[in-house]
Amino acid sequence: MSRSGSEFEVNLHNADGAVAAFERDDRSALSVIRNAVRDYPTLVPAVVLVVSVLCFGFVAPRFLSPGVLSLVLQQVTVIGIVAIAQTLIILTAGIDLSVGAILVLSTFVMGRLAVSAGIPLPLAIAAGMTVGTLMGAFNGFLVAKIKLPPFIVTLGTLSVFTALKLWYSGSESIRNSDIEANAPTLLWFGEAAARPFGATITYGGISLILLAALFWYILQHTAWGRHVYAVGDDPEAAVLSGIKTDRTIISVYAVAGLICGFGAWVAIGRVGSISPISFEEINLATITAVVIGGTSLFGGRGSIPGSVLGALIVGIFTTGLSLAGVDDYWQMFAVGNLVLIAVALDQWLRRASL
Amino acid sequence: MTASTNVLQPVLRTRGLMKRYGTVVAMNGADFDLYPNEILGVIGDNGAGKTTLIRSISGATIPDHGTIELDGKAIHFNTPEDARKAGIETVYQNLALSPALSIADNMFLGRELLKPGLMGSVFRKLDHKRMEAFSRDKLSELGLLTIQNINQTIETLSGGQRQGVAVARAVAFGSKVVIMDEPTAALGVKESRRVLELIQEVNAKGMPIVLISHNMPHVFEVCDRIHIHRLGKRLCTIDPKQVSMSDAVALMTGAMEAPASAAVD
Repeated sequence: MSRSGSEFEVNLHNADGAVAAFERDDRSALSVIRNAVRDYPTLVPAVVLVVSVLCFGFVAPRFLSPGVLSLVLQQVTVIGIVAIAQTLIILTAGIDLSVGAILVLSTFVMGRLAVSAGIPLPLAIAAGMTVGTLMGAFNGFLVAKIKLPPFIVTLGTLSVFTALKLWYSGSESIRNSDIEANAPTLLWFGEAAARPFGATITYGGISLILLAALFWYILQHTAWGRHVYAVGDDPEAAVLSGIKTDRTIISVYAVAGLICGFGAWVAIGRVGSISPISFEEINLATITAVVIGGTSLFGGRGSIPGSVLGALIVGIFTTGLSLAGVDDYWQMFAVGNLVLIAVALDQWLRRASL
Repeated sequence: MTASTNVLQPVLRTRGLMKRYGTVVAMNGADFDLYPNEILGVIGDNGAGKTTLIRSISGATIPDHGTIELDGKAIHFNTPEDARKAGIETVYQNLALSPALSIADNMFLGRELLKPGLMGSVFRKLDHKRMEAFSRDKLSELGLLTIQNINQTIETLSGGQRQGVAVARAVAFGSKVVIMDEPTAALGVKESRRVLELIQEVNAKGMPIVLISHNMPHVFEVCDRIHIHRLGKRLCTIDPKQVSMSDAVALMTGAMEAPASAAVD
């Protein structure tokens, strides 16, 4: 204590010296679990996935066959890829209701250019991804520069992009036979890369895993990734810490658009044709996957692997329940409950943290 | 110290800063001088414009008019990043920490270190090890680290610990000036004492410090000079050894005219 110090503080030298000890004082079982979940947010979806696979295997033994499990992976491939885009946006405390429209419009850019116009396939695919990126960047511009709430921005662009999609497609599908005849490589992601033990692993399924790994790396190990978390966590603190938050937000929406553009290519392979009315439920499906995967809708916490696990959990529930002979509406009922539990869990974690 | 600093060139100097928010005048020709090696207190009543002044010199607010000079050279900050690059670090009242990120992440937010070689230049991989080691060193240096979990998130820390991290970050990277906005406002008696000691320790190494505070005993205890802000500009600068606390409060609230002798410049 240099200099005098104030009079009322003269006895302070007797005070406990542990002023700023970085100690954890929580040892109860509950708080140990809570801290573990907070430190490793993918823990919960991982456990839920394993437990639900085992449960459904118990109820319907056929479920545990490699064929059925690989079918689940195929079913969630496109949702999983778009959920990666959705995760990036939700991490910034945003939301994107237009991902489905971006995805389908991109499939039509690729399809029309490659199948109808006969443009070389790499160019058609690049054009589709570019259009996806531009649509995402437009969302980002409105959010970051015009300062509109992401929900309203993407609700508006959902209608705008959907209208463009219907206009550009002429409300007509591009048939599988036409794609096979003119640009068969567009279907590549639907092909089987390997068939171990009766399972069918498609290139699309592999691309989902690789894309998830790539964005896990980017979020955890690059400065941009750390900035995505910081911007969603506390935007004011991010600005004062020297982060260009506007640029970060625009880039996040643009990258999300790019991922949707890539997802478009995978989707063509998965479905086999291109239809203007496909993937109409994917907006909510991706948000469901992201939330079940443990990413907070308030931004700043969550992970890519969690969202992929979330997409898988939804797939497992839907497939498992239908194999067990449960009606469609009870499948929706179960998924809805999962979402509510996931959000409640997030709230509990947040309360514990503040 | 006061007498000798007058002949020195100020580290940081502003002249005639103006800032209007609509019809509200937040700064009305604010002058400010910070000399090498000193701890300068900034006091003023609520709404006097202290925060706007401080935000101007830390890049968080862009003044409408006026000049800011760092080491005699005119500078112009558009963002807090510009000020940080120029060597001015600020501990904001709200600390500007990201609660869900770790201590190390927060220390290096916006100035992350990349791995050497290809991993850094091509794959943009962060050097987590080096950043963690640096953060641990800085916190230990300031006596803030007893258990070394540098990957703990900010939200798991107490108010005093968070303040410690924010101070450590500013001190670690500030090369010219460290500004502290109400660093003891949210703290207990013991933690406040520690932060005051920190301020003196950091200053003892030659770092000029600006301390904005409402706590008169703290300001009078550690500051070499006190800048009194009133109605959007500097009223006067006083020597805490010659002016009493009650007179300072009287000056700050307008109960007393600024004495000609008390003005340093």
